[in-house]
Parts: sequence; structure tokens; C-alpha cells
Amino acid sequence: MAVVTRILLDVLKPHDPSVLDLARALGDLGDYRVCVRVLEMDKKTETLEIEVAGADVDFEAIHTVIRDLGAALHSVDEVDVSGSSVDQQTE
Amino acid sequence: MNLLRDLGFLLRISHSRGIMRRYFVVNGFDGALTMLGVILGFITTDRVPLSVVIATCLGAAIALGVSGVSSAYLSETAERQRALSDLEEAMAKSLQGSAHAQAARWVPLLIALVNGSAPLLISLLIITPLWLARAGIPLPMQALHGALLVALLIIFFLGVFLGRVAGNSIWRSGLQTLLVALVTVGLILLLSA
Repeated sequence: MAVVTRILLDVLKPHDPSVLDLARALGDLGDYRVCVRVLEMDKKTETLEIEVAGADVDFEAIHTVIRDLGAALHSVDEVDVSGSSVDQQTE
Repeated sequence: MNLLRDLGFLLRISHSRGIMRRYFVVNGFDGALTMLGVILGFITTDRVPLSVVIATCLGAAIALGVSGVSSAYLSETAERQRALSDLEEAMAKSLQGSAHAQAARWVPLLIALVNGSAPLLISLLIITPLWLARAGIPLPMQALHGALLVALLIIFFLGVFLGRVAGNSIWRSGLQTLLVALVTVGLILLLSA
């Protein structure tokens, strides 16, 4: 079965919790490499580009963390998927 | 441990640590000065049984505690709900279930507990010499004078705490709050003479 190895998200979040808090919370989900870029700062919110990469990225868990920290997922801009022919054959 | 970490996180995202500190000092100072006034009132009047003094001080302490909890809870809940609504408007989505909604629910309670417990605990500390005297434990001075001394010491240490928070001279800050207490003592003595 194909697994997601990287996703690029467009997220709007309040200033608090900080970008560091959000990045750490995402990093705690698994053996992920998390890269957060602040694209825009408004009075009460900031727009982020979040890149999460790993051997098997759990999108639902990432979405839950984003939601729990009061942020909103606007769009999934890029997805990298790694397919496994061995798995496909066994299925 | 997790609970403490979570509460710390909620206090951080709601910027409430400074507010809690402020409430602790303000209401603690209120409690200490109130006890100072009550005790000084008893010192300047004719001899009153210790049980009456303790009951009066305890009544005032409980009233200060309940007042602190209820007033802070009501006002902070309203403020937090408003802040949450403002944030929801900025985010253009409901934040129910998020850390912000949890902060709006729990932070007012925490602040209320601090606001109520500060005057209550400080008052109880101040009337400790009265309890000790009533229990028959010998004190180096009269119980009321002992309570007065404890009140002045606590007021001084509240000033020291403020000095540490501000990063100023702790001695200067402590003496400032002590001066306020001494002015209060002077006013009470002047009016009751």
C-alpha cells in the first residue's frame, strides 16, 4: 500500500501557541521532519506553510494536532507518496 | 506532571501568568491590610476575648477568600469568552475543542483560585499567633502584637516579591509596601485615639 512521505500544508493559526509549539507538537507525532515557514503575519493570526516528511506520514493525526491547537487547515498543497509494489502484489 | 504541563501551556497561550501574579499580590495585600486593621482595632480597644478576635479575623478571611474567588471567576470568564469570540472571528471558524477553548474554561478557574486563596492563606498565616496563644503555646509577646508583627512581615515580603518580579531593589520595594502598612497603622491609631 502506498504511504505518504511528505505533505505541504497551508495553515492559518492564532499567534499563540507559537510556531515552535506547533512544530514540536507535530514532531512528537512520529519520526517526522517538520519545517514551518511563516508566510504572513496579521493582527491576530499568521499564515504558515508546514512541511511534514517521514517514512509514513499520518495526515489525520497531523490534522487533529492542528485543530486542537486552534489552527485551521486551509489546503493541502503538495503530497509525496511512496508506493510499494511488494505490498501491492501480496494484496 | 502532565496536568501541570497542560495547565502551564494553557496559562502561556492565554498570557495569564502575569495576571495571576498581579491578582496574588493585589488580593494578598488586601488580605494582609484588612487583618492588620482588624487586629489593630482589637489592640486599641478594651480587652476582648481571644476567641472573639479569632472568630472575627476568620470571618473576614473567609469573606475575602470567597469574594476573591467569585469576583475573579465571573470577570475572568467574561474576559476569556470575549477573547475567544474575537479569536474565532479572526480565524473565521469555531475554536470549540481547541486549546483556546480549554484555556477559556480553565484559566478563569485557576485565576479565581489564586485570587481567593491569596488573601485567605495570608490572613490565616497572620492569625497563627492567636491560634497558638489560644492553644496555650507560650509566645515571646502578646498574641495580638505577634499577629501584627506577622502582618507587617508578610506585607514587607509581598513588596520583596514585587521587587523580584520587576527586577528592582527588593529592599526598596519591601520598604515601600511596609511604608503603606505603617501609614495604615498611623491612620487607624489617629482615628481611634
